[in-house]
Amino acid sequence: MYPAQFDYHTPGTVKEALDLLGKYKDDAKLLAGGHSLLPAMKFRLARPAHLVDLRKVPGLAGIKEEGGSLVIGAMTTHWAVESSPLVKAKCPVLAQTAAQIGDPMVRNMGTIGGSLSHADPAADYPATIIALNAEMVVEGPKGKRTIKVDDFFKSLMTTAVGPDEILTEVRVPVCGANVGCAYMKFPHPASRFAVVGVAAALTVEGGKVSKASIGITGAGTKAVRAKGVEAALLGKALDAATIQAAAEKAPDGVDVQADLQGSVEYKTHLLKVFAKRAIEAAAKK
Amino acid sequence: MKTKVTMTINGVSYSHEVEPRMLLVHFIRELAGLTGTHVGCDTSQCGACTINLNGLAVKSCTLLAVQADGAQITTIEGLAKDGKLHPIQEAFWEKHGLQCGFCTPGMIMSAAQILQRNPNPSEAEIRHELEGNLCRCTGYHNIVKAIQYAAETMAKR
Repeated sequence: MYPAQFDYHTPGTVKEALDLLGKYKDDAKLLAGGHSLLPAMKFRLARPAHLVDLRKVPGLAGIKEEGGSLVIGAMTTHWAVESSPLVKAKCPVLAQTAAQIGDPMVRNMGTIGGSLSHADPAADYPATIIALNAEMVVEGPKGKRTIKVDDFFKSLMTTAVGPDEILTEVRVPVCGANVGCAYMKFPHPASRFAVVGVAAALTVEGGKVSKASIGITGAGTKAVRAKGVEAALLGKALDAATIQAAAEKAPDGVDVQADLQGSVEYKTHLLKVFAKRAIEAAAKK
Repeated sequence: MKTKVTMTINGVSYSHEVEPRMLLVHFIRELAGLTGTHVGCDTSQCGACTINLNGLAVKSCTLLAVQADGAQITTIEGLAKDGKLHPIQEAFWEKHGLQCGFCTPGMIMSAAQILQRNPNPSEAEIRHELEGNLCRCTGYHNIVKAIQYAAETMAKR
């Protein structure tokens, strides 16, 4: 399958890439690893007239620690995140999430920035970056701005990144010693996309939950924060009854969608099951 | 608008003017004439098109040829050296890790990365790492045995 025809551009700087976006506007698409965009283009679901490949822009890939956060360049591949000693030490759940995306070959090409910008409702990263309260740094014609994760996912495959902007960095706060995190998903048996996925980050102080942050992906049209679950955990000890009661709140606020993988009822059930598993796994850490 | 693309495949440099929409797998098969790399599902699931690009196993149906401009590529044809099969190829022969053979080039290119990253993988690790390669004949059993056998023989060399 061939994509529709397009012109191919390889800017050498973020500025050049922004100029191309400004020139071609809605006719242009950014290409990172291409593992979401190219399949869409082969199916002719996307037909950009101009493809702006970011692979020659230096400095967009790489992971470093800065001011209590991991700073992950948008062009950093899932494999680089999954295998990074820094991520494994400072934010293990992010490495574990990356390791559950697609398959090894997909992870060698797919990038964190590409995945987040694409905002597939069944992608893995969104749940975890919601739980970890990450921030996205974007650059546009007017300079840089930072978007909090709660403002990032707007609707189906739509983010707060403007058509004239480029996501350049993801900033993920380092997980403290008293923070337990986990990501649990029910993968589609063929594609490995999340039919549902739940990420939990729990801070426990004096035997009680002092902070709870829960992200949900897969079930609805976009990834969301599970505020009901968070409220049900806050101030409580993590016993079986508390976890069960909190997990029951997982579907609240999720616009659960029926599709070939299951009915609304089925996915609503899966959300509760996987919320429970994620909270239990986070509680053990 | 055609773009000039140059890449090294199995040690040989190939240079062609291509449409930007040409997929890497078609560059390899049709312009370089290396038909060992297969097009299976064409939707990044089956792994029959797996090649090694700059040291990483990738699905060549999900890359544009222009993305591989300047790249070093190894395909299944580049594994045997001086007329002698690569230990993973030998292992697939020895353990009968194939039936129809369509998925085999991708399986072997994927296996090469598995053993490069983990020279002594468990059976469970091999099965997990083969998630991106589909075989509709063997039930994977002999493929896993072949990769275990290759790990043993490569450790002895």
